[in-house]
Amino acid sequence: MSPAGGRTLLEVAVALKTRRAVSGESRVVLRDVGFSLGEGEVCALLGPSGCGKTTLLRLIAGLDKEFEGAVTLPARRRIGMVFQEPRLLPWRSVAENLRIAGAPPGKDLDAIVATLGLAGHLDHFPGELSLGLARRVAIARAFAIAPDLLILDEPFASLDAILARRLRTELTSLVERLRSTTLIVTHDVDEAISLADRIVVLSPAPGRVIADRRIETPRLALTPEAAADIRAELAAMMAAAHGG
Amino acid sequence: MPIRLASLLVLLVLWQWGSGLLGSRALPPPLAVLAVVGAEARSGALAVNLGATLARVIASFTLAMALGAALGLVMGRSKMADQLLDPWLIVLLNLPALVIIVLAYIWVGLNETAAIGAVALNKLPNTAVTVREGARALDRGLDEMARIFALGRGARLRHVILPQLAPYLAAATRSGLSLVWKIVLVVELLGRPNGVGFEIGVAFQLFDVTRLLAYALPFVGLMLAMETFIVQPIERHVSRWRPHPA
Ligand SMILES: Nc1ncnc2c1ncn2[C@@H]1O[C@H](COP(=O)(O)OP(=O)(O)OP(=O)(O)O)[C@@H](O)[C@H]1O
Ligand SMILES: [Mg+2]
Repeated sequence: MSPAGGRTLLEVAVALKTRRAVSGESRVVLRDVGFSLGEGEVCALLGPSGCGKTTLLRLIAGLDKEFEGAVTLPARRRIGMVFQEPRLLPWRSVAENLRIAGAPPGKDLDAIVATLGLAGHLDHFPGELSLGLARRVAIARAFAIAPDLLILDEPFASLDAILARRLRTELTSLVERLRSTTLIVTHDVDEAISLADRIVVLSPAPGRVIADRRIETPRLALTPEAAADIRAELAAMMAAAHGG
Repeated sequence: MPIRLASLLVLLVLWQWGSGLLGSRALPPPLAVLAVVGAEARSGALAVNLGATLARVIASFTLAMALGAALGLVMGRSKMADQLLDPWLIVLLNLPALVIIVLAYIWVGLNETAAIGAVALNKLPNTAVTVREGARALDRGLDEMARIFALGRGARLRHVILPQLAPYLAAATRSGLSLVWKIVLVVELLGRPNGVGFEIGVAFQLFDVTRLLAYALPFVGLMLAMETFIVQPIERHVSRWRPHPA
Protein backbone atom coordinates (compact mmCIF):
# COMPACT_ATOMS: atom_id res chain seq x y z
CA MET A 1 0.00 0.00 0.00
CA SER A 2 1.07 3.52 -0.67
CA PRO A 3 2.39 5.86 2.00
CA ALA A 4 -0.51 8.17 1.22
CA GLY A 5 -2.52 5.47 2.93
CA GLY A 6 -5.32 5.35 0.38
CA ARG A 7 -6.63 2.55 -1.80
CA THR A 8 -4.94 1.55 -5.00
CA LEU A 9 -6.02 3.76 -7.89
CA LEU A 10 -3.93 2.52 -10.77
CA GLU A 11 -2.55 -0.91 -11.45
CA VAL A 12 -0.21 -1.42 -14.38
CA ALA A 13 0.72 -4.89 -15.58
CA VAL A 14 2.08 -4.66 -19.10
CA ALA A 15 3.52 -8.00 -20.20
CA LEU A 16 4.50 -7.00 -23.71
CA LYS A 17 4.09 -4.02 -26.01
CA THR A 18 5.46 -4.14 -29.51
CA ARG A 19 5.43 -1.55 -32.23
CA ARG A 20 5.69 -2.03 -35.93
CA ALA A 21 8.18 0.19 -37.68
CA VAL A 22 7.51 1.56 -41.16
CA SER A 23 9.90 -1.07 -42.54
CA GLY A 24 7.47 -3.74 -41.31
CA GLU A 25 9.54 -5.38 -38.58
CA SER A 26 8.02 -5.24 -35.11
CA ARG A 27 10.12 -4.52 -32.07
CA VAL A 28 9.56 -4.82 -28.38
CA VAL A 29 9.06 -1.45 -26.72
CA LEU A 30 7.98 -2.52 -23.21
CA ARG A 31 8.37 -5.84 -21.41
CA ASP A 32 7.08 -6.78 -17.94
CA VAL A 33 6.31 -3.33 -16.65
CA GLY A 34 4.29 -3.57 -13.46
CA PHE A 35 3.57 -1.18 -10.60
CA SER A 36 0.57 0.24 -8.82
CA LEU A 37 -0.21 3.67 -7.46
CA GLY A 38 -2.26 4.48 -4.39
CA GLU A 39 -4.67 7.38 -4.28
CA GLY A 40 -2.86 10.67 -3.95
CA GLU A 41 0.54 9.17 -4.64
CA VAL A 42 2.97 11.14 -6.79
CA CYS A 43 5.12 8.89 -8.92
CA ALA A 44 7.96 9.88 -11.22
CA LEU A 45 8.73 7.65 -14.17
CA LEU A 46 12.40 7.90 -15.12
CA GLY A 47 14.20 6.50 -18.10
CA PRO A 48 16.45 7.32 -21.03
CA SER A 49 15.05 8.75 -24.24
CA GLY A 50 13.30 6.17 -26.38
CA CYS A 51 12.81 3.63 -23.60
CA GLY A 52 9.04 3.70 -23.95
CA LYS A 53 7.83 6.25 -21.39
CA THR A 54 5.39 7.99 -23.70
CA THR A 55 4.22 4.62 -24.98
CA LEU A 56 3.52 3.48 -21.41
CA LEU A 57 1.57 6.65 -20.61
CA ARG A 58 -0.58 6.12 -23.70
CA LEU A 59 -1.39 2.58 -22.54
CA ILE A 60 -2.29 3.85 -19.09
CA ALA A 61 -4.45 6.65 -20.48
CA GLY A 62 -6.32 4.19 -22.69
CA LEU A 63 -5.21 5.79 -25.95
CA ASP A 64 -3.55 2.59 -27.11
CA LYS A 65 -5.21 -0.76 -26.42
CA GLU A 66 -2.95 -3.00 -28.48
CA PHE A 67 -0.72 -4.68 -25.89
CA GLU A 68 -0.49 -7.80 -23.78
CA GLY A 69 -1.39 -7.27 -20.16
CA ALA A 70 -3.78 -5.04 -18.30
CA VAL A 71 -4.15 -1.53 -16.94
CA THR A 72 -6.70 -1.25 -14.15
CA LEU A 73 -8.35 2.03 -13.23
CA PRO A 74 -11.65 2.78 -11.49
CA ALA A 75 -14.56 2.69 -13.96
CA ARG A 76 -15.56 6.25 -13.16
CA ARG A 77 -12.50 8.42 -13.17
CA ARG A 78 -11.24 11.56 -14.78
CA ILE A 79 -7.84 11.66 -16.36
CA GLY A 80 -5.98 14.91 -16.86
CA MET A 81 -3.07 14.64 -19.22
CA VAL A 82 -0.23 16.92 -20.19
CA PHE A 83 1.15 15.57 -23.44
CA GLN A 84 4.75 15.90 -24.49
CA GLU A 85 3.61 18.74 -26.80
CA PRO A 86 1.02 21.27 -25.55
CA ARG A 87 -1.77 20.09 -27.90
CA LEU A 88 -3.96 23.15 -27.51
CA LEU A 89 -6.73 24.04 -29.96
CA PRO A 90 -5.05 26.80 -32.01
CA TRP A 91 -8.40 28.28 -33.07
CA ARG A 92 -9.69 28.77 -29.53
CA SER A 93 -8.47 31.26 -26.95
CA VAL A 94 -6.71 30.13 -23.79
CA ALA A 95 -9.89 30.60 -21.76
CA GLU A 96 -11.91 28.62 -24.31
CA ASN A 97 -9.29 25.86 -24.36
CA LEU A 98 -9.68 25.48 -20.61
CA ARG A 99 -13.47 25.60 -20.76
CA ILE A 100 -13.79 23.12 -23.63
CA ALA A 101 -11.63 20.58 -21.77
CA GLY A 102 -14.23 20.68 -19.02
CA ALA A 103 -12.79 23.12 -16.50
CA PRO A 104 -15.70 24.47 -14.46
CA PRO A 105 -15.42 28.24 -14.09
CA GLY A 106 -14.99 29.42 -10.54
CA LYS A 107 -12.55 30.00 -7.71
CA ASP A 108 -10.53 26.84 -8.33
CA LEU A 109 -9.93 27.67 -11.97
CA ASP A 110 -9.00 31.24 -11.10
CA ALA A 111 -6.50 29.98 -8.54
CA ILE A 112 -4.88 27.57 -11.00
CA VAL A 113 -4.72 30.27 -13.68
CA ALA A 114 -3.15 32.67 -11.19
CA THR A 115 -0.66 30.10 -9.90
CA LEU A 116 0.56 29.38 -13.40
CA GLY A 117 0.73 33.06 -14.31
CA LEU A 118 -1.84 32.87 -17.08
CA ALA A 119 -4.28 35.55 -15.92
CA GLY A 120 -3.03 38.05 -18.52
CA HIS A 121 -3.21 35.55 -21.36
CA LEU A 122 -6.75 34.21 -21.17
CA ASP A 123 -7.85 36.06 -24.31
CA HIS A 124 -4.82 35.06 -26.36
CA PHE A 125 -4.77 32.36 -28.99
CA PRO A 126 -2.19 29.56 -28.59
CA GLY A 127 -0.29 30.81 -31.65
CA GLU A 128 0.44 34.00 -29.75
CA LEU A 129 2.05 32.21 -26.80
CA SER A 130 5.65 31.20 -26.24
CA LEU A 131 6.28 27.47 -25.80
CA GLY A 132 6.67 27.91 -22.06
CA LEU A 133 3.32 29.66 -21.81
CA ALA A 134 1.63 27.05 -24.00
CA ARG A 135 3.04 24.34 -21.72
CA ARG A 136 1.59 26.13 -18.73
CA VAL A 137 -1.83 26.31 -20.39
CA ALA A 138 -1.63 22.55 -20.99
CA ILE A 139 -0.77 22.05 -17.32
CA ALA A 140 -3.61 24.32 -16.23
CA ARG A 141 -6.01 22.41 -18.48
CA ALA A 142 -5.07 19.08 -16.91
CA PHE A 143 -5.37 20.43 -13.36
CA ALA A 144 -8.53 22.39 -13.91
CA ILE A 145 -10.70 19.34 -14.41
CA ALA A 146 -9.68 18.12 -10.92
CA PRO A 147 -8.55 14.73 -12.24
CA ASP A 148 -8.37 11.52 -10.26
CA LEU A 149 -5.27 10.62 -12.23
CA LEU A 150 -2.90 13.26 -13.51
CA ILE A 151 -0.47 12.20 -16.22
CA LEU A 152 2.38 14.47 -17.25
CA ASP A 153 4.82 13.69 -20.05
CA GLU A 154 8.01 15.71 -19.55
CA PRO A 155 6.07 18.90 -18.87
CA PHE A 156 9.20 20.97 -18.25
CA ALA A 157 11.41 19.80 -21.09
CA SER A 158 13.08 22.50 -23.18
CA LEU A 159 12.16 25.25 -20.74
CA ASP A 160 14.93 27.30 -19.18
CA ALA A 161 16.15 26.12 -15.78
CA ILE A 162 14.67 28.98 -13.77
CA LEU A 163 11.22 28.67 -15.30
CA ALA A 164 11.33 24.89 -14.93
CA ARG A 165 12.20 25.23 -11.24
CA ARG A 166 9.33 27.67 -10.70
CA LEU A 167 6.87 25.44 -12.51
CA ARG A 168 8.02 22.44 -10.45
CA THR A 169 7.24 24.34 -7.27
CA GLU A 170 3.87 25.36 -8.68
CA LEU A 171 3.16 21.80 -9.71
CA THR A 172 4.00 20.59 -6.21
CA SER A 173 1.66 23.09 -4.62
CA LEU A 174 -1.15 22.22 -7.04
CA VAL A 175 -0.72 18.50 -6.35
CA GLU A 176 -0.71 19.16 -2.61
CA ARG A 177 -3.93 21.10 -2.93
CA LEU A 178 -5.88 18.80 -5.25
CA ARG A 179 -4.49 15.48 -3.96
CA SER A 180 -4.59 13.97 -7.44
CA THR A 181 -2.73 10.74 -8.05
CA THR A 182 0.10 11.86 -10.30
CA LEU A 183 2.35 10.12 -12.77
CA ILE A 184 5.07 12.34 -14.16
CA VAL A 185 7.58 11.33 -16.80
CA THR A 186 11.00 12.88 -16.78
CA HIS A 187 14.57 11.99 -17.53
CA ASP A 188 15.90 14.34 -14.92
CA VAL A 189 16.76 12.47 -11.71
CA ASP A 190 16.77 15.59 -9.55
CA GLU A 191 13.39 16.62 -10.86
CA ALA A 192 12.06 13.17 -9.98
CA ILE A 193 13.49 13.32 -6.47
CA SER A 194 12.17 16.79 -5.76
CA LEU A 195 8.65 16.10 -7.06
CA ALA A 196 7.78 12.53 -6.25
CA ASP A 197 7.21 10.28 -3.30
CA ARG A 198 7.80 7.29 -5.51
CA ILE A 199 10.27 6.76 -8.34
CA VAL A 200 10.01 4.07 -11.00
CA VAL A 201 12.98 3.69 -13.33
CA LEU A 202 12.77 2.05 -16.75
CA SER A 203 15.73 0.46 -18.54
CA PRO A 204 16.87 1.51 -22.02
CA ALA A 205 14.68 0.04 -24.79
CA PRO A 206 12.98 -2.35 -24.48
CA GLY A 207 11.78 -0.77 -21.26
CA ARG A 208 11.34 -2.79 -18.11
CA VAL A 209 11.31 -1.70 -14.45
CA ILE A 210 14.82 -1.67 -13.00
CA ALA A 211 14.08 0.31 -9.85
CA ASP A 212 11.00 1.15 -7.80
CA ARG A 213 11.93 3.37 -4.86
CA ARG A 214 9.68 5.04 -2.27
CA ILE A 215 10.74 8.31 -0.70
CA GLU A 216 9.38 8.23 2.82
CA THR A 217 10.32 11.79 3.77
CA PRO A 218 7.57 14.29 2.90
CA ARG A 219 8.47 16.13 -0.33
CA LEU A 220 8.94 19.55 1.22
CA ALA A 221 11.06 18.28 4.12
CA LEU A 222 13.65 16.60 1.92
CA THR A 223 17.18 17.77 2.84
CA PRO A 224 19.90 18.10 0.20
CA GLU A 225 21.82 15.29 1.90
CA ALA A 226 18.86 12.91 1.77
CA ALA A 227 18.31 13.83 -1.87
CA ALA A 228 21.96 13.10 -2.65
CA ASP A 229 21.65 9.69 -0.94
CA ILE A 230 18.63 8.80 -3.07
CA ARG A 231 20.40 9.95 -6.20
CA ALA A 232 23.41 7.77 -5.42
CA GLU A 233 21.19 4.81 -4.68
CA LEU A 234 19.30 5.19 -7.98
CA ALA A 235 22.57 5.55 -9.88
CA ALA A 236 23.79 2.30 -8.32
CA MET A 237 20.59 0.48 -9.30
CA MET A 238 20.84 1.78 -12.89
CA ALA A 239 24.50 0.78 -13.13
CA ALA A 240 23.67 -2.69 -11.83
CA ALA A 241 20.90 -3.05 -14.42
CA HIS A 242 23.24 -2.00 -17.22
CA GLY A 243 25.94 -4.39 -16.05
CA GLY A 244 23.57 -7.35 -15.74
CA MET B 1 -9.82 49.23 -55.09
CA PRO B 2 -9.17 52.08 -57.58
CA ILE B 3 -7.28 49.60 -59.77
CA ARG B 4 -10.21 47.19 -59.77
CA LEU B 5 -12.56 50.02 -60.71
CA ALA B 6 -10.32 51.20 -63.53
CA SER B 7 -10.11 47.64 -64.80
CA LEU B 8 -13.89 47.37 -64.82
CA LEU B 9 -14.11 50.67 -66.65
CA VAL B 10 -11.73 49.40 -69.33
CA LEU B 11 -13.99 46.38 -69.78
CA LEU B 12 -17.00 48.64 -70.33
CA VAL B 13 -15.13 50.75 -72.85
CA LEU B 14 -14.04 47.61 -74.73
CA TRP B 15 -17.62 46.38 -74.70
CA GLN B 16 -18.89 49.64 -76.17
CA TRP B 17 -16.18 49.60 -78.81
CA GLY B 18 -16.81 45.95 -79.68
CA SER B 19 -20.49 46.62 -80.06
CA GLY B 20 -19.69 49.30 -82.65
CA LEU B 21 -17.46 46.81 -84.44
CA LEU B 22 -19.80 43.78 -84.41
CA GLY B 23 -23.10 45.61 -84.72
CA SER B 24 -25.65 46.02 -81.95
CA ARG B 25 -27.51 42.82 -82.88
CA ALA B 26 -24.54 40.59 -82.09
CA LEU B 27 -23.31 42.67 -79.16
CA PRO B 28 -25.68 45.39 -77.92
CA PRO B 29 -24.01 48.39 -76.24
CA PRO B 30 -24.03 48.61 -72.40
CA LEU B 31 -26.74 51.27 -72.28
CA ALA B 32 -29.16 49.19 -74.38
CA VAL B 33 -28.70 46.25 -71.98
CA LEU B 34 -29.18 48.56 -69.03
CA ALA B 35 -32.46 49.80 -70.55
CA VAL B 36 -33.82 46.24 -70.79
CA VAL B 37 -32.66 45.50 -67.24
CA GLY B 38 -34.60 48.58 -66.13
CA ALA B 39 -37.74 47.53 -68.01
CA GLU B 40 -37.63 43.98 -66.63
CA ALA B 41 -37.02 45.32 -63.15
CA ARG B 42 -40.04 47.65 -63.37
CA SER B 43 -42.33 44.85 -64.56
CA GLY B 44 -41.15 42.73 -61.63
CA ALA B 45 -40.04 39.88 -63.91
CA LEU B 46 -36.36 40.39 -63.10
CA ALA B 47 -36.88 40.01 -59.36
CA VAL B 48 -39.08 36.94 -59.78
CA ASN B 49 -36.59 35.16 -62.03
CA LEU B 50 -33.50 36.16 -60.05
CA GLY B 51 -35.28 35.08 -56.87
CA ALA B 52 -36.27 31.71 -58.31
CA THR B 53 -32.75 30.99 -59.49
CA LEU B 54 -31.17 32.20 -56.27
CA ALA B 55 -33.48 29.98 -54.22
CA ARG B 56 -32.48 26.96 -56.34
CA VAL B 57 -28.80 27.83 -55.98
CA ILE B 58 -29.06 28.11 -52.21
CA ALA B 59 -31.11 24.94 -51.81
CA SER B 60 -28.94 22.73 -53.98
CA PHE B 61 -25.72 24.26 -52.67
CA THR B 62 -26.71 23.68 -49.05
CA LEU B 63 -27.78 20.14 -49.79
CA ALA B 64 -24.58 19.32 -51.67
CA MET B 65 -22.35 20.89 -49.01
CA ALA B 66 -24.05 19.17 -46.09
CA LEU B 67 -24.22 15.70 -47.64
CA GLY B 68 -20.86 16.00 -49.39
CA ALA B 69 -19.09 17.15 -46.22
CA ALA B 70 -20.61 14.35 -44.15
CA LEU B 71 -19.64 11.81 -46.80
CA GLY B 72 -16.12 13.21 -47.10
CA LEU B 73 -15.65 13.18 -43.34
CA VAL B 74 -16.72 9.55 -43.05
CA MET B 75 -14.56 8.52 -46.01
CA GLY B 76 -11.55 10.37 -44.68
CA ARG B 77 -11.79 8.80 -41.24
CA SER B 78 -12.74 5.23 -42.12
CA LYS B 79 -10.68 3.19 -44.56
CA MET B 80 -13.56 0.76 -44.96
CA ALA B 81 -16.06 3.48 -45.94
CA ASP B 82 -13.49 4.98 -48.28
CA GLN B 83 -12.91 1.72 -50.14
CA LEU B 84 -16.63 1.07 -50.29
CA LEU B 85 -17.69 4.46 -51.59
CA ASP B 86 -14.71 5.59 -53.62
CA PRO B 87 -15.76 3.83 -56.89
CA TRP B 88 -19.21 5.45 -56.68
CA LEU B 89 -17.62 8.80 -56.18
CA ILE B 90 -15.38 8.36 -59.21
CA VAL B 91 -18.33 7.39 -61.39
CA LEU B 92 -20.32 10.37 -60.15
CA LEU B 93 -17.36 12.72 -60.65
CA ASN B 94 -17.02 11.64 -64.27
CA LEU B 95 -20.70 11.61 -65.17
CA PRO B 96 -21.43 14.71 -67.29
CA ALA B 97 -23.74 17.19 -65.58
CA LEU B 98 -26.14 17.00 -68.51
CA VAL B 99 -26.59 13.23 -68.10
CA ILE B 100 -27.46 13.58 -64.43
CA ILE B 101 -29.91 16.39 -65.18
CA VAL B 102 -31.74 14.60 -67.99
CA LEU B 103 -31.92 11.34 -66.02
CA ALA B 104 -33.26 13.19 -62.98
CA TYR B 105 -36.01 14.82 -65.07
CA ILE B 106 -36.92 11.49 -66.68
CA TRP B 107 -36.91 9.47 -63.46
CA VAL B 108 -38.25 11.98 -60.95
CA GLY B 109 -40.31 14.16 -63.26
CA LEU B 110 -40.14 17.76 -64.44
CA ASN B 111 -40.33 19.23 -60.97
CA GLU B 112 -38.37 21.21 -58.39
CA THR B 113 -37.16 18.12 -56.52
CA ALA B 114 -35.54 16.72 -59.65
CA ALA B 115 -33.98 20.09 -60.52
CA ILE B 116 -32.46 20.74 -57.09
CA GLY B 117 -31.48 17.11 -56.59
CA ALA B 118 -29.70 16.98 -59.94
CA VAL B 119 -27.68 20.11 -59.21
CA ALA B 120 -26.79 18.89 -55.73
CA LEU B 121 -25.71 15.53 -57.12
CA ASN B 122 -23.40 17.30 -59.54
CA LYS B 123 -21.68 19.25 -56.79
CA LEU B 124 -21.70 16.59 -54.07
CA PRO B 125 -18.76 14.40 -55.21
CA ASN B 126 -16.61 17.49 -55.54
CA THR B 127 -17.31 18.54 -51.94
CA ALA B 128 -16.83 14.99 -50.69
CA VAL B 129 -13.40 14.67 -52.33
CA THR B 130 -12.22 18.02 -50.96
CA VAL B 131 -13.47 17.36 -47.43
CA ARG B 132 -12.05 13.83 -47.51
CA GLU B 133 -8.62 15.37 -48.10
CA GLY B 134 -9.17 17.51 -45.00
CA ALA B 135 -10.42 14.60 -42.92
CA ARG B 136 -7.31 12.61 -43.79
CA ALA B 137 -5.15 15.45 -42.56
CA LEU B 138 -6.91 15.77 -39.19
CA ASP B 139 -4.47 16.13 -36.29
CA ARG B 140 -4.27 12.84 -34.37
CA GLY B 141 -2.78 14.57 -31.36
CA LEU B 142 -5.82 16.81 -30.96
CA ASP B 143 -8.05 13.81 -31.45
CA GLU B 144 -6.35 12.08 -28.53
CA MET B 145 -6.61 15.22 -26.46
CA ALA B 146 -10.36 15.26 -27.12
CA ARG B 147 -10.61 11.62 -26.04
CA ILE B 148 -8.63 12.14 -22.84
CA PHE B 149 -10.73 15.12 -21.81
CA ALA B 150 -13.89 13.23 -22.79
CA LEU B 151 -15.29 15.87 -25.14
CA GLY B 152 -18.81 15.09 -26.30
CA ARG B 153 -19.68 14.47 -29.95
CA GLY B 154 -20.95 17.99 -30.53
CA ALA B 155 -18.01 19.67 -28.84
CA ARG B 156 -15.57 17.51 -30.78
CA LEU B 157 -17.21 18.46 -34.07
CA ARG B 158 -17.43 22.16 -33.24
CA HIS B 159 -14.10 22.74 -31.55
CA VAL B 160 -11.79 20.08 -32.94
CA ILE B 161 -12.94 18.82 -36.34
CA LEU B 162 -14.74 21.68 -38.09
CA PRO B 163 -12.00 24.26 -37.47
CA GLN B 164 -9.52 21.90 -39.12
CA LEU B 165 -11.88 21.33 -42.03
CA ALA B 166 -12.62 25.05 -42.43
CA PRO B 167 -10.04 25.71 -45.19
CA TYR B 168 -11.30 22.67 -47.10
CA LEU B 169 -14.92 23.71 -46.65
CA ALA B 170 -14.00 27.21 -47.81
CA ALA B 171 -12.34 25.80 -50.93
CA ALA B 172 -15.40 23.63 -51.61
CA THR B 173 -17.67 26.65 -51.09
CA ARG B 174 -15.68 28.85 -53.42
CA SER B 175 -15.56 26.38 -56.30
CA GLY B 176 -19.02 25.14 -55.39
CA LEU B 177 -20.98 28.34 -55.57
CA SER B 178 -19.87 29.14 -59.11
CA LEU B 179 -20.29 25.54 -60.25
CA VAL B 180 -23.77 25.31 -58.75
CA TRP B 181 -25.14 28.48 -60.30
CA LYS B 182 -23.85 27.52 -63.71
CA ILE B 183 -25.54 24.13 -63.49
CA VAL B 184 -28.74 25.67 -62.11
CA LEU B 185 -29.04 27.71 -65.30
CA VAL B 186 -28.82 24.55 -67.40
CA VAL B 187 -31.42 22.82 -65.25
CA GLU B 188 -33.74 25.79 -65.70
CA LEU B 189 -33.14 25.93 -69.41
CA LEU B 190 -34.09 22.27 -69.77
CA GLY B 191 -37.07 21.91 -67.53
CA ARG B 192 -38.23 24.86 -65.42
CA PRO B 193 -40.84 27.51 -66.30
CA ASN B 194 -38.97 30.40 -64.65
CA GLY B 195 -35.54 31.56 -63.50
CA VAL B 196 -32.57 33.13 -65.23
CA GLY B 197 -31.84 29.94 -67.17
CA PHE B 198 -35.37 29.83 -68.51
CA GLU B 199 -35.19 33.49 -69.62
CA ILE B 200 -31.88 32.84 -71.35
CA GLY B 201 -33.55 29.96 -73.19
CA VAL B 202 -36.27 32.34 -74.38
CA ALA B 203 -33.67 34.87 -75.46
CA PHE B 204 -31.86 32.13 -77.37
CA GLN B 205 -35.02 31.20 -79.27
CA LEU B 206 -35.48 34.85 -80.24
CA PHE B 207 -31.74 35.38 -80.87
CA ASP B 208 -32.09 38.32 -78.49
CA VAL B 209 -28.60 39.00 -77.10
CA THR B 210 -29.75 42.14 -75.25
CA ARG B 211 -32.25 40.15 -73.23
CA LEU B 212 -29.72 37.40 -72.61
CA LEU B 213 -27.21 39.85 -71.17
CA ALA B 214 -29.94 41.68 -69.26
CA TYR B 215 -30.55 38.51 -67.26
CA ALA B 216 -27.06 37.05 -67.14
CA LEU B 217 -25.21 40.13 -65.92
CA PRO B 218 -27.42 41.04 -62.93
CA PHE B 219 -27.20 37.42 -61.83
CA VAL B 220 -23.41 37.38 -62.07
CA GLY B 221 -23.47 40.57 -60.03
CA LEU B 222 -25.67 38.92 -57.43
CA MET B 223 -23.33 35.93 -57.11
CA LEU B 224 -20.30 38.22 -56.85
CA ALA B 225 -22.07 40.14 -54.10
CA MET B 226 -22.77 36.91 -52.23
CA GLU B 227 -19.12 35.93 -52.51
CA THR B 228 -17.90 39.32 -51.31
CA PHE B 229 -20.42 40.04 -48.58
CA ILE B 230 -21.17 36.57 -47.23
CA VAL B 231 -18.52 33.99 -48.14
CA GLN B 232 -15.44 36.14 -47.61
CA PRO B 233 -16.50 37.60 -44.24
CA ILE B 234 -17.23 34.07 -42.99
CA GLU B 235 -13.80 32.95 -44.18
CA ARG B 236 -12.17 35.85 -42.40
CA HIS B 237 -14.09 35.03 -39.24
CA VAL B 238 -13.08 31.37 -39.13
CA SER B 239 -9.43 32.12 -39.82
CA ARG B 240 -9.15 34.99 -37.34
CA TRP B 241 -7.06 32.87 -34.94
CA ARG B 242 -4.17 32.51 -37.41
CA PRO B 243 -1.30 34.64 -36.16
CA HIS B 244 -0.62 37.55 -38.47
CA PRO B 245 2.82 37.51 -40.03
CA ALA B 246 4.98 40.10 -38.27
N1 LIG C 1 4.75 5.56 -34.20
C1 LIG C 1 5.72 4.67 -33.90
N2 LIG C 1 5.91 3.58 -34.67
C2 LIG C 1 6.86 2.69 -34.38
N3 LIG C 1 7.70 2.79 -33.34
C3 LIG C 1 7.56 3.86 -32.54
C4 LIG C 1 6.58 4.86 -32.78
N4 LIG C 1 6.69 5.80 -31.82
C5 LIG C 1 7.71 5.40 -31.04
N5 LIG C 1 8.23 4.26 -31.45
C6 LIG C 1 9.35 3.51 -30.81
O1 LIG C 1 8.93 3.16 -29.52
C7 LIG C 1 9.99 3.37 -28.61
C8 LIG C 1 9.50 4.13 -27.41
O2 LIG C 1 9.09 5.40 -27.80
P1 LIG C 1 8.55 6.46 -26.75
O3 LIG C 1 8.05 7.65 -27.49
O4 LIG C 1 7.59 5.78 -25.85
O5 LIG C 1 9.88 6.83 -25.96
P2 LIG C 1 10.09 7.86 -24.76
O6 LIG C 1 10.66 7.07 -23.62
O7 LIG C 1 8.86 8.62 -24.49
O8 LIG C 1 11.23 8.79 -25.33
P3 LIG C 1 11.47 10.37 -25.08
O9 LIG C 1 12.06 10.51 -23.73
O10 LIG C 1 12.44 10.75 -26.15
O11 LIG C 1 10.14 11.06 -25.23
C9 LIG C 1 11.11 4.07 -29.35
O12 LIG C 1 12.20 3.18 -29.45
C10 LIG C 1 10.54 4.40 -30.68
O13 LIG C 1 11.50 4.09 -31.67
MG1 LIG D 1 8.31 10.55 -24.71
